[in-house]
Amino acid sequence: MTVYPVETDRLRRVFGARVALDDVSFAVREGEVFGLLGPNGGGKTTLFRILSTMLAPSGGAARICSHDVEREAPAVRSCLGVVFQSPSLDPHLTVAENLRYGGNLYGLRGAPLEARMRETAEALRVADRWSERVKTLSGGLQRRVEIAKSLLPRPRVLLMDEPSTGLDPVARVDLWSIIGQLRAESAMTVVLTTHLMDEAARCDRAAILHQGKLLACDTPEALCGMIGADVLTLTGREPDRLAGRVQAEFGWAASVHDGAVRVEVPRAHEQVARIVEAFPGEILAVTAGRPTLEDVFVRLTGERLGEPFFEKAGGRRKRR
Amino acid sequence: MSTVAGSHFWGPVFALWQRDMIRFLRQKNRIIGALGAPLVFWVLIGSGVGPGFRLPGWPADMTYLAYFFPGTVVLILLFTAVFSTISVIEDRREGFLQGVLVAPVAPEAIVLGKLLGGTTLAVGQALLFCLAAPLAGVPLDAAVLARLLPALFVVGFALTGLGFLVAWPLESTQVFPAIMNVLIMPLWLLSGALFPAAADSWMRYAVAVNPVAYGTAAVRRAFYGDGASMGLVPGYGPALAVSVVFAAVMFALSVWMVRRRRGTV
Repeated sequence: MTVYPVETDRLRRVFGARVALDDVSFAVREGEVFGLLGPNGGGKTTLFRILSTMLAPSGGAARICSHDVEREAPAVRSCLGVVFQSPSLDPHLTVAENLRYGGNLYGLRGAPLEARMRETAEALRVADRWSERVKTLSGGLQRRVEIAKSLLPRPRVLLMDEPSTGLDPVARVDLWSIIGQLRAESAMTVVLTTHLMDEAARCDRAAILHQGKLLACDTPEALCGMIGADVLTLTGREPDRLAGRVQAEFGWAASVHDGAVRVEVPRAHEQVARIVEAFPGEILAVTAGRPTLEDVFVRLTGERLGEPFFEKAGGRRKRR
Repeated sequence: MSTVAGSHFWGPVFALWQRDMIRFLRQKNRIIGALGAPLVFWVLIGSGVGPGFRLPGWPADMTYLAYFFPGTVVLILLFTAVFSTISVIEDRREGFLQGVLVAPVAPEAIVLGKLLGGTTLAVGQALLFCLAAPLAGVPLDAAVLARLLPALFVVGFALTGLGFLVAWPLESTQVFPAIMNVLIMPLWLLSGALFPAAADSWMRYAVAVNPVAYGTAAVRRAFYGDGASMGLVPGYGPALAVSVVFAAVMFALSVWMVRRRRGTV
């Protein structure tokens, strides 16, 4: 029987009447970079908090390195590195002090700890900031220090909660080069949450979480393959009318998302000229492409993944 | 290093303690806040009562400045200890605390590290103030110090624990002053710090059940010994013993609270 570094079995969590996680089961393989993709409020943070032993499940089970997160929390914590959305660093302390105290909490100390701090700081390119206070560093550098701190105990599983949140585009590219480096150089398993489909597309496998339910879990390629066609996106002045006419004229199922008409058709590139000619002056722009995880999400939930959902869900999610 | 099932104890305790020391030294205005206010209280209130002060059953030569001195020491312990635990709220807001909670550290070690940090700062500042004892005509010699140090440590630990219990569930520091005024200051006011409880007043009973009163008594007896006649103030031994129980209860409640909030063991 295969032993998975991270697995959940019908995991459930309720807050009063609200079901935050509804029978979620998945297993992450050794050495995999695994993405939990979903909109804010979809259950990612609840799942992250249960896996990091910060919250007890209401039902079902979650195991990290074969230890139950609820009953064997100390053993789970020993094999886990955790990277938080808002870094768990002390802004008044230097980079070195943060790493040192972080290591102390995992029972590391003395010369072996100092050597490991140097090595990790160099790997994450923060060694030149050794004696600088964390509050003076940029968000991208703080994230690198946070990752360095979580890697000090050499965890078997690294959990990251929305690691790219608050980072500028350069720092995001940098973050993914670090994740790539970890994937290439160690057997460590990485589980990360994200609401960005292009990040999920870079994972070995991704699970889609929506309203507390796990809707799909596979490689990004296989998930995109669920849509057995290409995707045409049409921008027009009256999207609802255009969708109706496309449906009537061509017999394709057309839907409207964020003011754009979306149609799934095989060999979409061959249809571009036909469709533009069929409705002269009504179409302002056309894109044809292979389906993305965004399309998969739309197909599974009928909603888009991006910011509109965020606002519809009632503003900023309150951190518990 | 390791204790139960992979949790670490003394390493994390020392790390949390040391971090509090460094943070304190980097925020020097905290020294003024914790030492300044009680000092002003002592000088203004102590001088204001003046030479007419006499207490039946107490040494006739005791001025009010001298009477109020041990109470001021407890106030310094209270201010430093309670304000140092505000850092728990800052730790939560800044994010540091979440990193501690997911580390393999026993809840007892988290609480002990934080409480020892607050206690060290409280005892240090109280001792600094105690150097002024001879100015107020309060005795200070080796024998006094030998009684004083354990009393300051135990009372400081208990009061830090009290502050921890108040601070741990709070999300912001905004409500802290209100809790200070409504809950914590009355404990000090009813501790015999400002004036002794008269044998025939209701306050006598309030003082008898107030754990902080035993702390004030332990500090007072540390300066004067058990030989001095001091009305209803209990002896050094019993006062210290009650304070040890108070400290142990605060510690146990704090551990219980961390365990509960963490969600899992």
